[in-house]
Amino acid sequence: MRTFSGKLIIIVLLVALVGLLSWAILSLPFHGASLRAQVFGNLGNSGVSNPVTAVLLNFRGYDTLLEIVVLFLAALGAWSLGIVRLPDTMHPARPFLLALLRILLPAMVLAAGYLLWAGAHAPGGAFQAGAVLGSAGILLLLTEVQLASIITNWPLRIALTAGVVVFTGVALGTMILGGHLLEYPRGWAGTLILLIESVAAFSTGITLVVLFIGGRPSKSDPSVALKTPEERKEQL
Amino acid sequence: MTWSQWLLDLPLALVLIWLAWRLLTSADLFKAVVLFIAFGLLMAMAWVRLQAVDIALAEAAIGAGITGALFLSAFNRMNGVQRKDDKDQDDVKGRNV
Repeated sequence: MRTFSGKLIIIVLLVALVGLLSWAILSLPFHGASLRAQVFGNLGNSGVSNPVTAVLLNFRGYDTLLEIVVLFLAALGAWSLGIVRLPDTMHPARPFLLALLRILLPAMVLAAGYLLWAGAHAPGGAFQAGAVLGSAGILLLLTEVQLASIITNWPLRIALTAGVVVFTGVALGTMILGGHLLEYPRGWAGTLILLIESVAAFSTGITLVVLFIGGRPSKSDPSVALKTPEERKEQL
Repeated sequence: MTWSQWLLDLPLALVLIWLAWRLLTSADLFKAVVLFIAFGLLMAMAWVRLQAVDIALAEAAIGAGITGALFLSAFNRMNGVQRKDDKDQDDVKGRNV
């Protein structure tokens, strides 16, 4: 395909694609069929005052549920790639990062909690809070501090699945109580949204950490654990 | 739209396109990852300018932060695998983070 005719075909196809996309955009009505009025009209019943959160967790809660399932499936995919031995050492490989994290981590957890809480009335919400928690976890992982004994077993699996389990549980619970899927009982919307968002944020953070690990985390060889980073490097 | 907004938006849009071009054509993968992170941060600014603060937050945290970290970790792992292939292939499963 390195020939001139090959390039010509690619150029023609690309121009056609750009033309098609431009035509699709230009043929849209200038003032599209907007659901803005409906969203703002029902905002009072949604349990939150931020229209974005109202759409994500109430009006279109089903989409968000599926998004969380997709994230969970991605983590399962990474999980099945193989065992990754986490360093489990008393000698952190990056002492400066660890010292920085002692100051930074509480602030990151606080920021995640704020984003979660603010999502009810301002930009923020579960995904953003989860991303902040996830980056905190990734930084902690990079210090190679003793984490493996905490996060390799059931606690990690429970944290990973909690988002999907709680969201699905609420969805099914509303059906059992006589409503439709994810039709929150009157007056309970705000509480249920906060519950789902809190668990989902936590699970999202853990999911991102598992994606970063890129496999099923496991404890490292105990003979490696007692050694300093320099010794470990020599062994490798 | 006033001239001061144009002064902010036009360079932002141009730099975004330039960064996208540079990162896609870069032969050096590490450079491409760094450019991608820079692209994500500027994209977050663009979302702020479009008054989509929610998307800006997600873009900065996930697009620039965590995707960047994932790319860097994948990049390191690729190098590790290549180096190990030179020596032997026994311990692919026992790799460290």
